[in-house]
Amino acid sequence: MSVEVDMDKCMHCGACVGTCPENVLFLNDLVLEVNEGCIRCELCVRGCPVGALKLRGD
Amino acid sequence: MNYDILVVGGGPIGSTAARFAAKNGVEDVLVIEKRQEIGSPVRCAEGVSLSWLDELEIDESRAEDFIKWKVKGAKLYSPDGKNMTIGKEIAGDEVGAVVERDIFDKEMAVLAGEEGVDFMLKTAATDVIKKDGKIVGVEAKRMGEKFEIKADLVIGADGFESQIGRWAGLYEPVSSKDIMTCFQYRMANIDFEEDYTHFYLGTAAPGGYVWIFPKGRDKANVGLGIQLTQLDGGKTAKDYLDEFIDSHEGLKKGQALDMVAGGVEVQSPLESVTMDGMILVGDAARVVDPITGGGIANGMKQAKIAGEEVAKAIKQGRTDEDFFDGYEKRWRDRLEDKLWRNYLAKEKATELEDEEFDKIIDALSEVKLEEMSTEAILKGVQKKYPELVESFEDML
Repeated sequence: MSVEVDMDKCMHCGACVGTCPENVLFLNDLVLEVNEGCIRCELCVRGCPVGALKLRGD
Repeated sequence: MNYDILVVGGGPIGSTAARFAAKNGVEDVLVIEKRQEIGSPVRCAEGVSLSWLDELEIDESRAEDFIKWKVKGAKLYSPDGKNMTIGKEIAGDEVGAVVERDIFDKEMAVLAGEEGVDFMLKTAATDVIKKDGKIVGVEAKRMGEKFEIKADLVIGADGFESQIGRWAGLYEPVSSKDIMTCFQYRMANIDFEEDYTHFYLGTAAPGGYVWIFPKGRDKANVGLGIQLTQLDGGKTAKDYLDEFIDSHEGLKKGQALDMVAGGVEVQSPLESVTMDGMILVGDAARVVDPITGGGIANGMKQAKIAGEEVAKAIKQGRTDEDFFDGYEKRWRDRLEDKLWRNYLAKEKATELEDEEFDKIIDALSEVKLEEMSTEAILKGVQKKYPELVESFEDML
């Protein structure tokens, strides 16, 4: 997984999904799915209102 | 599974598009909602004007079910603590009342249901189905089951995430300067002026604002939106809000009843929101007001138009992109002018420094604004701070 989600912080809000330019993320109600194609732009990391995301290897 | 119209997204806009489609003669309309409950959890500041209720044929008695609080107007605060008051008649689409979104969303679904619209909950679209370049349905999953829903026409009403638009190829990435990252607490036991919605400008919420939207004598939604490009590295929207609350005694003494987060796009109108077999509506069509970040008013107006136009499409057996020129023209005539004006104003406003906000609020607190237009505001500021207005002259 290119993007790691801290599920203790995740608010299931979908902000990351809307922010991703490559359509890597999908929010299925309470589960955030991370698919292929991440370009490490970090928009999701910054856009998360509670800082629940980080890039793998950071 | 086969329908005339499939609406993806059971928020108020999706339900309203379905409602007016059915009301105008479409027999088989289905709304799918990926969450297990319509309207909940609430992800909204819940501030709206009530001016569009008549147009959307929502009668007062039904509205009383979801209106929680009414306000006289708005108060805008500068970083140095001055404020100005705007009466609700001119304050714009987010001022007038504060609603209970979970009830509002359900009532819009009920209105759709009264017209014969079907609803499926906990049902997520996972992809669109395309045939010869035309959208003919979606792949969906529900309670562990995967299946297809075929439809003559798909309406994408799936909000900021806008998956349907992406899968269909009708998608442009949102620039990070056009994204707001937002966080809110519903608070109780706070001290504040409950007859107004309050907006705090400046670096407390860089590129955006802090809002206090009353839901009772001592209850309010307290939240903020920050422009993604102006976030201080490592700081989250929640961090900014916690700081704001900490520095305001009237809020600091309060308690949180719930926490909400989300993203909002505040961009200029899209080139196209239609293609063969599909149209977008609401936040998915990016008709959020760029200055306020409010999506309900514009979305609801667009949804009614969408419902009427797709009914025509089904009646005439035409679900190709050319036929949707009618929808494009009608919603753009209704909304595009204001969307562009507010987008340009937002581009300028997000660049303002705290001292400039101080001057603007200081000047405007001494004049009586006739309307909330960029022109009126600049004219109001010009008297006291002409040099400030010079740099905005190109906006007049």
